[in-house]
Amino acid sequence: MTSRQRRLVAVPVGAGLAVVLALAFHGLPAFGTAHHPYGDASVRAALALRHTANAVGSVTFDQRGLDTLFEEFILLAAVLGVRLLLRPAAGEHQGTDPDREPRSPAAVRATVLVLLGVTAVLSVSVVLHGHLSPGGGFQGGVLAASGLHLLYVGGGPRTLARFRPSAALELLEAAGAGGYVVIGLVGLVGSGSFLANDLPLGRTGSLLSAGTVPLLNIVVGFEVGAGLVLLLASYFAQERLAEGPR
Amino acid sequence: MSVVLAVLLVATAVGAIAVVTCRDVASQAVVLGAYGFVLGALFLALSAPDVALSEVVVGSVLTPLLILLALVKVRGR
Repeated sequence: MTSRQRRLVAVPVGAGLAVVLALAFHGLPAFGTAHHPYGDASVRAALALRHTANAVGSVTFDQRGLDTLFEEFILLAAVLGVRLLLRPAAGEHQGTDPDREPRSPAAVRATVLVLLGVTAVLSVSVVLHGHLSPGGGFQGGVLAASGLHLLYVGGGPRTLARFRPSAALELLEAAGAGGYVVIGLVGLVGSGSFLANDLPLGRTGSLLSAGTVPLLNIVVGFEVGAGLVLLLASYFAQERLAEGPR
Repeated sequence: MSVVLAVLLVATAVGAIAVVTCRDVASQAVVLGAYGFVLGALFLALSAPDVALSEVVVGSVLTPLLILLALVKVRGR
């Protein structure tokens, strides 16, 4: 296609898109106001009906729990795809890590040790309070996975590999993804609809409230955390792939 | 629209242009990480702390890290 032909297609399509967008924006509620019809409705449902202090958590895991199931499986499929593509190909083999890794300065190791503790506690807290305050399984899982890689900064590839057991992480990731489906099936058996939130809802704002929302946050936390560590492990392993016979 | 929101919207536009005009991929990954914080601040100002948290952990930590790790392989050290 020449650039003249491209322009002939782009101009009418762009103009059409502009008209449709202008019409759509014209009907939107005003930007930046404190009230919004959908927002008000879902906050009311979250607080009054579902006893979930974090309305976003209620939308994600209760009111639209099925969407989140699909999102979780999109991540699972992405991690699987990367691990499949980045596996050692014919004529490549996994090189070994150097026996000795250069020792990081003591100040770096001390800082990493402190930050490891902080990220570990913070990620668990973000997952467990997902139904009460901003955060949840996804955010906590990403925090835990990236926090683990502080070991690479303070130690090196060997130190990181020692705390990254692939087999256990694969199991955790699968259990996290499967756990979401199991919780959904419990709802199906209990009250006839998949992912029905029919556990006791508790008192709004207490740790044990919101029914299945905290449980779903925990399984998503495992799936996301383990999945991302495996994803990054595949990237790290690429550095060490050597060509030629073993 | 509050002053904070206006400043953050301008910063978002400037940051996005900075990311796409950066020609060296390694520095682009770092600029993208910084841009993640700008977007996170914007989401926070729009009362969306959940999205802000996701944006900061993915946009500022995970994506730049994946890009840098891929670069190590592509450039062959």
